Amino acid sequence: MVEYILKNGIVYDPINEINGEKKDVMFMDGKIVNSVSDDAKVIDVTDKLVMPAGIDVHCHLAGPKLCVGRLYRPEDERRGVKPKTDITRAETGFSIPSCPATGYRFSRMGYGTVVEAAVPPLEAKHTHEEIIAIPNIDIPPLTLFGNNWFVMQFVKEGNIEDLAAFVSAWLKITKGYGVKLVNPCGSEAWGWGMNVHGIDDPAPYWDVTAREVIRGLAQANEMLGLPHSIHVHPNDLGHPGNFPTTINSIDCMKDIEKNSEYRNQTIHLTHAQFHCYDGTSWRDVTSGAQPVADYINKNDHVTMDLGAVTLDETTTMTADGPMEYDLYELTGLKWANKDIELETASGLVPFIYSGRNPVHSLQWAIGLELALSIENPWQVALTTDSPNAGPFIRYPRVMSWLMSYQRRTEMMDNKEVHAWAGRKSALGTLDREYDFYDIATITRAGPSKIYGFEDRGNLSAGSIADIAVYDLEPNSFDPSRNAAAVEKAFSNALYTIKDGEILVKDGEVVKVVSSKHVRTEVQGFEEEEKRVLEQIMPTFNRYYTVKFENYIVHDHYAEPSSIYKVNASK
Amino acid sequence: MAYEEPVTDYDKIVENCTCAFCGSNCDDVDILVKDNHVVGVRHACRLGASKIMEDEDQRLTVPMVRDENGELVEVDWDTALDKAAELIAGSVRPVFYGWSETSIEAMKPGLELTELVGAVIDNQATICHGPTVQAVQNVGYPLMTLGEVKNRADMVVYTGSNPMNAHPRHLSRYTTIPKGWFRKRGRFDRTLVTWDPKYSDTAKLSDIWVPFEENGDYAFCNAIRAVLKGKKLKQDVISGIPKEDIYELTEKMKKAQFGALFFGLGLTHTLSKQRNIDIAIQLVQDLNKYTKWVLLPMRGHFNVNGFNIFMSYEMGFPYGVDFSRGYPRYMIGETTTIDLLNREECDVFMVIAADPGAHFPGGALAHLANIPVIQIDIHWGPSTELADVVLPGTFIGVETAGTSYRMDSVPIFMKKAIDPPETCREDEWIVNELLQRVKKLREASK
Repeated sequence: MVEYILKNGIVYDPINEINGEKKDVMFMDGKIVNSVSDDAKVIDVTDKLVMPAGIDVHCHLAGPKLCVGRLYRPEDERRGVKPKTDITRAETGFSIPSCPATGYRFSRMGYGTVVEAAVPPLEAKHTHEEIIAIPNIDIPPLTLFGNNWFVMQFVKEGNIEDLAAFVSAWLKITKGYGVKLVNPCGSEAWGWGMNVHGIDDPAPYWDVTAREVIRGLAQANEMLGLPHSIHVHPNDLGHPGNFPTTINSIDCMKDIEKNSEYRNQTIHLTHAQFHCYDGTSWRDVTSGAQPVADYINKNDHVTMDLGAVTLDETTTMTADGPMEYDLYELTGLKWANKDIELETASGLVPFIYSGRNPVHSLQWAIGLELALSIENPWQVALTTDSPNAGPFIRYPRVMSWLMSYQRRTEMMDNKEVHAWAGRKSALGTLDREYDFYDIATITRAGPSKIYGFEDRGNLSAGSIADIAVYDLEPNSFDPSRNAAAVEKAFSNALYTIKDGEILVKDGEVVKVVSSKHVRTEVQGFEEEEKRVLEQIMPTFNRYYTVKFENYIVHDHYAEPSSIYKVNASK
Repeated sequence: MAYEEPVTDYDKIVENCTCAFCGSNCDDVDILVKDNHVVGVRHACRLGASKIMEDEDQRLTVPMVRDENGELVEVDWDTALDKAAELIAGSVRPVFYGWSETSIEAMKPGLELTELVGAVIDNQATICHGPTVQAVQNVGYPLMTLGEVKNRADMVVYTGSNPMNAHPRHLSRYTTIPKGWFRKRGRFDRTLVTWDPKYSDTAKLSDIWVPFEENGDYAFCNAIRAVLKGKKLKQDVISGIPKEDIYELTEKMKKAQFGALFFGLGLTHTLSKQRNIDIAIQLVQDLNKYTKWVLLPMRGHFNVNGFNIFMSYEMGFPYGVDFSRGYPRYMIGETTTIDLLNREECDVFMVIAADPGAHFPGGALAHLANIPVIQIDIHWGPSTELADVVLPGTFIGVETAGTSYRMDSVPIFMKKAIDPPETCREDEWIVNELLQRVKKLREASK
């Protein structure tokens, strides 16, 4: 039983409303505690920036899409190659790093938990195999439901109770954490090479609309009282003029009552940047961030993450199959596709974001504009939809932009970005700057609330000891004038502590531990689950190409696990 | 073939086992067991069933080491493992080849060993669908899972492959014959097309057979692409096919609601190699401007795709990965097995779950005959004749459980039906044992 005391750091812990106080953080046996004995090991972090370890709410880091990306982009893998050391294995990759590299890089940035944003149930085993190969971070996978045939059937029948039982069963089968929707009905339409537009355009044959699917899954989610709300990638991603669809997707389920004490939202809008475009084509496109931000400012049932563009060469990948084909037609770069029977579609295209390109520059501006226009940082989470808008190793750069009006203006003045960034968005007029408390909110506290992670994202006694210390002295440092220093410090944590163990010291990985599969298990719905499984089994057996017995993710694929037990209230 | 009475004398049936033969990984196989022996197999094709049934034939049962007279002699496990570990620890340029017929669980310690000693790790893709991977890296990879074809496809094209002989249940379980959600009448709702110079057994079943000339695949696919782009064909006959037929076929492909193209080694190994696949992939991409089309390579071994997936997520590269510099390198023609053998670079060769003795070109085999070879396998084969150390493994999917990836990358946990022979060891155990012993030897020499 080793006790530790992190001494004299400047602590930012928004959940406990600690805003830059000089105080000690103590932990023992992997948990934060209120006091330790005199024998505690002292880690002196006098005047350094201390926060809970980061939580990424939306990242593509493990699973079949990633693997297609790695397999078909050796040019990306050859970037970021690092030889093995006595502690770490070799690293490869830039936008789609190998599994070990993914774990090390998040750990170096002071992150402790990263959500895998899209898991097709049929290939969930693959995702869990990759989670086993990724070290040092806990990973909750979100299971894809938005285009599932059983879901559409239940929604069509208006049978929310059976839908809830299905969701509950499938979260157990896939060892998932929450409910993800991607282009609801659109990815099913992609089965025929088509798409849907707006939330009232029905999927071919099924005659079910995105509005019905969003509402149905939101109701099921709240019926079960899952720790996370539905996590929605709405229709029309990346289309000029898509912002009304975005607002409609959030607004159509506003009346559904929340059934969770910890989180505040009933819907999470993901990578909002891609969903906030005005105009009718890429010629007359302008930012649609203002109306969406206004809506979010007036409504507290929604949270969002940014999907901020970082202006890098990257790899786009999403379960939004039709969108990737559109992107392929636009860029001509190599297109990969991966449709999953009865469940979803997906696709990949490499993408080269450039500050010289007007559209990419506007996208860059919109991501930041959203963050600066939404008043309540608890409704915002920092992501790049990694790797879609940029690789996750750029989070510190996005933080530096949010913290410095000077740096943003400089980029627009120096033509580091195209004039469209200023001309077609409100970014130039927004002089708001995030402070360390805000950054801690959008990367730690907010995500903790959004996901119902009561045990992390804060430094309360009893929470797991996931702590990050950065080599910045907030009391004598002005982030608004030192963007480069902010980026450097957040990229290389002084200490990353996970479950009470020091994994990173001075920006280098010093210890490697297994990642935990974070998942939910609903209790109290077993009877309904059994009934629904029996009911759907004939359809399952006839139309899937694997046996149910071989479809489920066996327990050994999800070891070690961290299970959030949920008592369904019905 | 004479009529055989159904097997009735068995103790138990183990249901829903996964067949460990081809890349179709049929997971509905029932194995009939009596006294810990397989006495019958249900649902599997003849290839799969015979592999599972006749497993005792030429089975490697005990570890062996080649003595000074050049004869393989039986030894105990410790002796054999120590000998293999010594060879690996003392090598300068080891190559660990195979892996496609074992589980992901066995690959894990294998990769660890590779990283430890700075070896090259490679699998059968290097001699089969390697060109496919190259083409995928050139132009893209529009895939699907097989159930998409079963439920939606109204047109199925096979080229450069003969699934009726090589993947016998591919048509009946996945693509053509089964009734799908949107294809309620199964075979009657689909058009089956074979492009192949040979009148293969698949061609015989097909609605349309396009017998282009040998090595005519590149020009033929290009002609369809040209027609798709609205061009007029200038030659009357292309690759032996009249241009009218090409116009007609193109029109049919455009009008399909959902088409799927499956290709095999007949496409990867004819004259234009990976360029054939480039064109086939681009053809499918072009067709998506009109309707829905997808494609899939017909992978051979049940886990050949699994190795490529495993290596991609662990180290970023699919096959032919060289760790000699402490970081992974992947350069086709440089870090791939055949080239390393032809250049006589490799000094110790370990083969697991593969038979290079039967498949490698003569030059590569000549070098293999000159260097120490370690074999981990379940059957005696040409590679055993080349081996200096033989370590008998167990049969994944029958005797040992493990993970594999189907040709469409669906992961399947293959369960076991019987216990392995007492004298054999699981592949995972053997590789891990080698890893631990090599570690010890390296510690000792420090």
